[in-house]
Amino acid sequence: MNQTIVPAASVLHPTAAFARPVKMRGEKVTVHYGAKQALFEVNLEIPERQVTALIGPSGCGKSTFLRCLNRMNDTIEGARVGGMITLDGEDIYDPTLDVVELRARVGMVFQKPNPFPKSIFDNVAYGPRIHGLARSKSDIEEIVVTSLRRAGLFEEVKDRLHEAGTGLSGGQQQRLCIARAIAVSPEVILMDEPCSALDPIATAKVEELIDELRQNYTIVIVTHSMQQAARVSQITAMFHLGNLVEVGPTEKMFQNPDDKRTQDYITGRFG
Amino acid sequence: MSTSAIIAIVLLIAAVGFTLGYRKSQRLAAGSAQKAHSRAVYHGMFVVSWALIPSLILLAGWLIASPALIAADIHADMPEAIENGTNPRLAYQMVEGIGAGLRALPADEQDAAAAASAADLRAMFQRRGIMVASASEDYMVELAVKRNRLEDYSRIAMSAVVILLAVAGAAYGLSQIAVRLRARNQVERVVGGILVLASSIAILTTVGIIFSMLFETIDFFGRVSPTSFFFGTVWDPGFAAAGADPTVGQFGLIPLLAGTLYIAFVAMLVAVPIGLFAAIYMSEYASRGVRSTVKPLLELLAGIPTIVYGFFALVTVGPFLRDMSAQLNGLITGNYQNFIQAQSVITAGIVMGVMLIPFVSSLSDDIITAVPRSLRDGSFGLGATRSETVKRVILPAALPGIVSALLLTASRAIGETMIVVLAAGVAARLTLNPFEAMTTVTVKIVNQLTGDLEFNSPQTLVAFALGITLFAITLCLNIIALVIVRKYREAYE
Ligand SMILES: Nc1ncnc2c1ncn2[C@@H]1O[C@H](COP(=O)(O)OP(=O)(O)OP(=O)(O)O)[C@@H](O)[C@H]1O
Ligand SMILES: [Mg+2]
Repeated sequence: MNQTIVPAASVLHPTAAFARPVKMRGEKVTVHYGAKQALFEVNLEIPERQVTALIGPSGCGKSTFLRCLNRMNDTIEGARVGGMITLDGEDIYDPTLDVVELRARVGMVFQKPNPFPKSIFDNVAYGPRIHGLARSKSDIEEIVVTSLRRAGLFEEVKDRLHEAGTGLSGGQQQRLCIARAIAVSPEVILMDEPCSALDPIATAKVEELIDELRQNYTIVIVTHSMQQAARVSQITAMFHLGNLVEVGPTEKMFQNPDDKRTQDYITGRFG
Repeated sequence: MSTSAIIAIVLLIAAVGFTLGYRKSQRLAAGSAQKAHSRAVYHGMFVVSWALIPSLILLAGWLIASPALIAADIHADMPEAIENGTNPRLAYQMVEGIGAGLRALPADEQDAAAAASAADLRAMFQRRGIMVASASEDYMVELAVKRNRLEDYSRIAMSAVVILLAVAGAAYGLSQIAVRLRARNQVERVVGGILVLASSIAILTTVGIIFSMLFETIDFFGRVSPTSFFFGTVWDPGFAAAGADPTVGQFGLIPLLAGTLYIAFVAMLVAVPIGLFAAIYMSEYASRGVRSTVKPLLELLAGIPTIVYGFFALVTVGPFLRDMSAQLNGLITGNYQNFIQAQSVITAGIVMGVMLIPFVSSLSDDIITAVPRSLRDGSFGLGATRSETVKRVILPAALPGIVSALLLTASRAIGETMIVVLAAGVAARLTLNPFEAMTTVTVKIVNQLTGDLEFNSPQTLVAFALGITLFAITLCLNIIALVIVRKYREAYE
């Protein structure tokens, strides 16, 4: 378990290959749940306005790393995070930093669609309201409509904005959750297996959406589907047993990975 | 042979049957190529069922039927009693009394006693300290002897038949045991039957209680008109003295109901915010360690008997509020006159509210914890604080459940008795001033039923009308709560 993995060259200087400014950077990130260590000194850079995919076998720490990026691990009792994570060069674990503000800048979409038991409109308006992003009713309406449009949901729900969000189909619910995250104008959106509860058509829609969102947002997505990682991401990072094995441009990772484990995993030989 | 001895013997037979069945099943299984359908334990239980069920049903039937049959026989021998104008029921009770007395005499006096006259017998009984009604007559002694004899025969016959039946049942069960006997399924049916029996006893008892209340209530409404009961604003039942005109008294429900609802309202005003906030703290803010100590502590409050709360209200809270109000009045007006009575709506309400806190907090805590974690994550993930999450996501999601928890709590508040008996007062008054005494339906039920009473005057029968009214109110609250809970469940599944 504790063996140190000698990182490939691209892990140490990944940005060289991507030529994009770094949005978030994790340095020697470790996570413990109680006595159990779930992440071992992970160094990973997330380039701006790109889709970074985190892949790896179940239980390797992808969700754990993702949750570190907006400090959702704070809500888990017994979870401890070590090392440093920066957003635009600022340490997000700095005690003077406001978690609430951080989570507004780094939004999150979960594996299972989790709309609040409220109307579609109120679901999207939730974030802007608590952060006081809108002055008037018409401001809120505008934010809601724009967010739903960006999430590609507006046309489908424009006639029933005031019906319950839980009444939508699974795929629509997931896009509603994306709209909800977009509504607070985050800079980074974290997605933890956002399509695992969806059928292929709904998945295709969400993937299309992710591709569009790349224009405006930095996206980190955890996925178990190699095809999905290949389709939507520009950068892919491979995790194994709490270690970052390898990270690089998605094409290279899928065509000739440096690490044997990556190759095995991608070709479906283990995991 | 006493009933408990019969039961013990039957159980012994069953135990032996179990062992034999178990052995036989094992032996058969060992000697057979086929796989046994059921494990040996089930074969044992199969024999036990055959030994116990028929014999115990017979025992119960006999115990119910035999006294009735004996009584009918004795009644048939009592023509003189009816001529004399004695109530046959009373006469039979006396026969029973004498019979029991005879059994208590030592053996050497029995024969003499059986031949003695009623007066002599009374004297014999008195020497032994046995009480018998003084109106007993000579013929009753004879009947008592006969009755005792019949009883003895019946008992001997019962012991023999029941034990024989148990043995026969066990033997039959044993003879049935075979490798492919589906004993497992049969035992399952027996278990199902026992469970059905238990629940039907519970339900039938409830129905029985309601019906017994219903008959007395109908009796009451035959004497007092329902309109004057339900819409009357004066409660002045008068006394149920012997010979007094039974229709005097006014039975207005309104002041009692007003007091009940007012006190319950004050109690809810205390219990709901405190209980709910405690629940939110425990489920959303407290760490696991704090939660695991605070929650049981709060629930400890629920274990305090309500009479203790009543005491607390009577000797602590009531006088404290009275003195405080006097001080307050003195500071402001210079007149040290208390404006809160020691027994008052507010005293009873506050103390009842404290009693209800654990109910509210424990029920709401369960409901809040049941809100899926994904909703909390969604809200935190959007940058909401804890209190924002509670206010805007968790409470709205848990609202139906919380409302029904509050309705259940309210029905407890309405039915609560001991606290209001001690702390609210007995004056049936219609007032809006919470500092004065009011009384409740439950207090009046207690009042009307204390003392040595016969249930034949409106003064006592009114207790049943009050009880059934209270029952109707709490039943409605509980049904509404159940309906809400059911809807809420569906919403989550
Ligand atoms: N709340 C928690 N408490 C304790 N241990 C946890 C907790 N969450 C995760 N872990 C452990 O940390 C390790 C990494 O878990 P994580 O959820 O990050 O895996 P994952 O890569 O997302 O897996 P999957 O693909 O199955 O979602 C696992 O061994 C898991 O058992
Ligand atoms: Mg995961």
